[in-house]
Amino acid sequence: MPSRSAIVGTIVAALAAVAIGIWLSFEIHWFPVAATTQAHNTDRLYHVLVIASIPIFVLVVTVVLFSVWQFRMKPGEELKDGPPIHGNTRLEVFWTALPAALLLGLVSYSFVVLYDNEKKPAGVPEVQIGVIGQQFFWTFEYPRSVTGGAPIRSYELYLPEGDTVYFNMRSRDVIHAFWIPAFRLQEDVVPGITTHYRATLDRLGSYPVVCNLLCGSGHSLMRSVAHVVTPARFQLWLRSQTGKSSSVATASTGGASATASTSSPASLSTTLRSASSRDALRPGAGGS
Amino acid sequence: MLCDREQAGHNVGHDAREADTLMATTVHTPASAGQAHRSGGPPASIGAKLRAPGFYRAAWLMLVGVGFATFLTWVIRMGTGHQTYHHYLDGEAIMILSLFTVPIAFLVGIGGFDYWAYWAAGRPTRPEDHSGHGAYSWKDYFRVNTDHKVIGIQYTVTSFFFLLVGGLLAMLMRAQLAQPGAQFVDAETYNSLFSVHASLLIFLFVIPVFAGLGNYVIPIMIGAPDMAFPRLNALSYWLLPLAGAMMLLSFLAPGGAFADGWTAYTPLSTDLPVGQMFFSVGVQFAGASSIMTALNFLVTIITMRAPGMSFFRLPLLVWANFATSLLVVIATPFIAASQFFILFDYTLGFHFFDPGKGGDVLMYQHVFWFYSHPAVYIMMLPGFGIISEVIAVKSRKPIFGYRMMAFSLLAIVVLGFTVWAHHMFTSGMAAWIRIPMAITTAIIAVPTGIKIFSWLATLWRGVLHLDTAMLFALGFLTTFTLGGISGVMLAMVPFDIHVSSTYFIVAHIHYVLFGGSLMTVFAGVYYWFPKMTGRMYDERLGKWHFWTTFVFFNLTFAPMHIVGMEGMPRRVATYATKFADLNLFISICSWLLGLATLIFIYNMVTSWRGGPRTGNNPWRGMTLEWQVSSPPPVFNFDRVPTVVGGPYEYGVPGAVHGIFAPAPVPATVGAGGSASPGAGGSG
Repeated sequence: MPSRSAIVGTIVAALAAVAIGIWLSFEIHWFPVAATTQAHNTDRLYHVLVIASIPIFVLVVTVVLFSVWQFRMKPGEELKDGPPIHGNTRLEVFWTALPAALLLGLVSYSFVVLYDNEKKPAGVPEVQIGVIGQQFFWTFEYPRSVTGGAPIRSYELYLPEGDTVYFNMRSRDVIHAFWIPAFRLQEDVVPGITTHYRATLDRLGSYPVVCNLLCGSGHSLMRSVAHVVTPARFQLWLRSQTGKSSSVATASTGGASATASTSSPASLSTTLRSASSRDALRPGAGGS
Repeated sequence: MLCDREQAGHNVGHDAREADTLMATTVHTPASAGQAHRSGGPPASIGAKLRAPGFYRAAWLMLVGVGFATFLTWVIRMGTGHQTYHHYLDGEAIMILSLFTVPIAFLVGIGGFDYWAYWAAGRPTRPEDHSGHGAYSWKDYFRVNTDHKVIGIQYTVTSFFFLLVGGLLAMLMRAQLAQPGAQFVDAETYNSLFSVHASLLIFLFVIPVFAGLGNYVIPIMIGAPDMAFPRLNALSYWLLPLAGAMMLLSFLAPGGAFADGWTAYTPLSTDLPVGQMFFSVGVQFAGASSIMTALNFLVTIITMRAPGMSFFRLPLLVWANFATSLLVVIATPFIAASQFFILFDYTLGFHFFDPGKGGDVLMYQHVFWFYSHPAVYIMMLPGFGIISEVIAVKSRKPIFGYRMMAFSLLAIVVLGFTVWAHHMFTSGMAAWIRIPMAITTAIIAVPTGIKIFSWLATLWRGVLHLDTAMLFALGFLTTFTLGGISGVMLAMVPFDIHVSSTYFIVAHIHYVLFGGSLMTVFAGVYYWFPKMTGRMYDERLGKWHFWTTFVFFNLTFAPMHIVGMEGMPRRVATYATKFADLNLFISICSWLLGLATLIFIYNMVTSWRGGPRTGNNPWRGMTLEWQVSSPPPVFNFDRVPTVVGGPYEYGVPGAVHGIFAPAPVPATVGAGGSASPGAGGSG
């Protein structure tokens, strides 16, 4: 048997490792900045998960290292065998039941977070925004209920701070995934169905919008920007857009706020599509 | 080593147990004909070479295969009329048909079907080709051979070839990702690189390498002279290089290799150039191979155990492969179906997944993951078996909680089929499905945890022999625990919604498949290398291999967790500049990780050629494979072993697992014969 001091020392070291690990888990910059209430909930869930995981990982590593230190074969033990311990029912029940309880607890907590993140806010009207994914750019549609006038299309996303937005996502071609890392939210954009998610914005700023499901050769360039602006600026932007929504829709000219995004995604997409078009590359593509 | 093998072969040759040996087959002529054939006659004429089974016959038959595909295209297009098809002969149509006809022609050519063809035609069968056992020269590894030990080595070496190719593709990917912006390959090629990387390493490395190691040791461990269906075994091996060649050759297809990941999500996969079909068809061959081997394992384990080898006396490696084979047999048809759907969508316009024509996009993902989640366990359970063997023997202790170890495998088999939609938390499927799938996903960590804790308890108070195999086993315990923990995190839906399809997933899957499966493969190869070759590997190089692999593995994949959570998607050819530093670091570590594998290859090759000879049982293992010569005789046992105790009774005074009793079986064994599973002595 290993000496008492070795065991005590190891337990102390393991507890120290757990403490350092938990401290590190708060020090490490895991996430991008959080811009929604959902993001805060998810980040908290993650920290709970990490704190629950660290003792388990430390336990495994400690037992491995302790065994290597204390039980490694010493000279002269070449033919020695360990004690014939076949098992211990009580111990086995313990390490079946305890992880099961821990896991069920964690997964229940995650359902609470999920419910909070997805429930409809009481009283406040939601801003309905259409998201259209196609190879390889995003288009955002602001319906009459939001603009108060003609619907608007934009290649960049403008969102009012403090409000809850509800995205209705459709695809024109293959599956995309509409992911805004700062919101900690994503959902696939699937041809044939409309998918949704809800985000409650609580921080001003501009955040990357990322296509997060392989959609072809231009996948890594299928990006846009989400601007979370004050409600007043949001209304201003809506009004500035209503006048030229038809021209934006045809992607011929760009508005002041969307100059970069109106022409570039469409032209990029045309280039990439022609490069990857299946028919262009098929031998004898005559028209089968 | 080769001449050893030859001698062993002649010694054992064929005795009264011949009938037992080939119990599942029919021997029409004495096997002695095989020996005559081996010794080689006068050099054959060209015509004879073209007729004899082998690569010459395969070559011209493959040309016939292309011709047949052409002919079939022409006939079908003629038959359906000119309005439907603009050309009677279409290059792409011929190519896709050839993906089926050429591999089958190859199999016919090398003689994979000879025995059955002769038998069906009522002609004298030629067991000298297909009932011949053993490898007598290196050339025999390039022939259809029905010896499970030859097939095991064929499987393992072929798989490692694809490991090197797949790893090389990964290093090319990391070259592209070393800096943001395209500097190495274009986006389309990059998509092909990671798609082929994943497909090769999943279908041509992890799954078959376990089938290879299992093939080699399972029959010996259970005291059987061979697998139940040796010819099927040979055929299932030869399907494998075909599938691999198909996936690699897709780089030469017009439009490049398949580029929709190994998941091949529709509708993108039906919209890509023809290279995608090389994946769809290649998976059929790899899958068929997998199913055949699994059936073979199941029948072998159920019917061919030695007297006294009850289920609860089976070594845990056998249990693990039993569980894995159940998974393979039940799950693999689903990926075959999913890829046939894509094939028909692409070639014949079936519109399975075209919402405009009544198709359903999400259906593909459900069918695909109904295989591909159990596949994760197909790629892990045999590794659990290897670790159980290594840890018990190298700790000189019985496995802690043997029965729970066996039951937890079965629990994983059952639960493994109930979690598939956790890959689809963000897919747009009905929201409620996430709840039960998250619960089962969390719960499946329990049987896995039982295994981890039991291994730890096995280490406790043991006498640890820290050689290379044991180091890999201990390394596995730590890295796999990390992969398991990130897996539990991914079961938590809100967190999964954020990191789904990011580099966090890449990190998780590599902690499970590299830190998990590959570590166990290395442990297993080092552990059984002396048995397979009769020689010892270089321990110093082995330890170098472990430490370089372990360190650079963690340096490569641990930062990916953070990169993913910070917002870097996977499967991108370029990325935002804020990820540049970490990605450069990851790339450099990944190249060093790749180079570390060269130590392993060098060690294996030189040790096989000239390593010091080793005894039959260098690790003092109790399981049956260590009780026979190294390498084992052609039919494994000169005497049928009788199993009288558990497989891991280390430290029990006078304990024996198997005895090689003379013909009259001791009366004591009759009571606890093979048909009483409760008779195990290790609980």
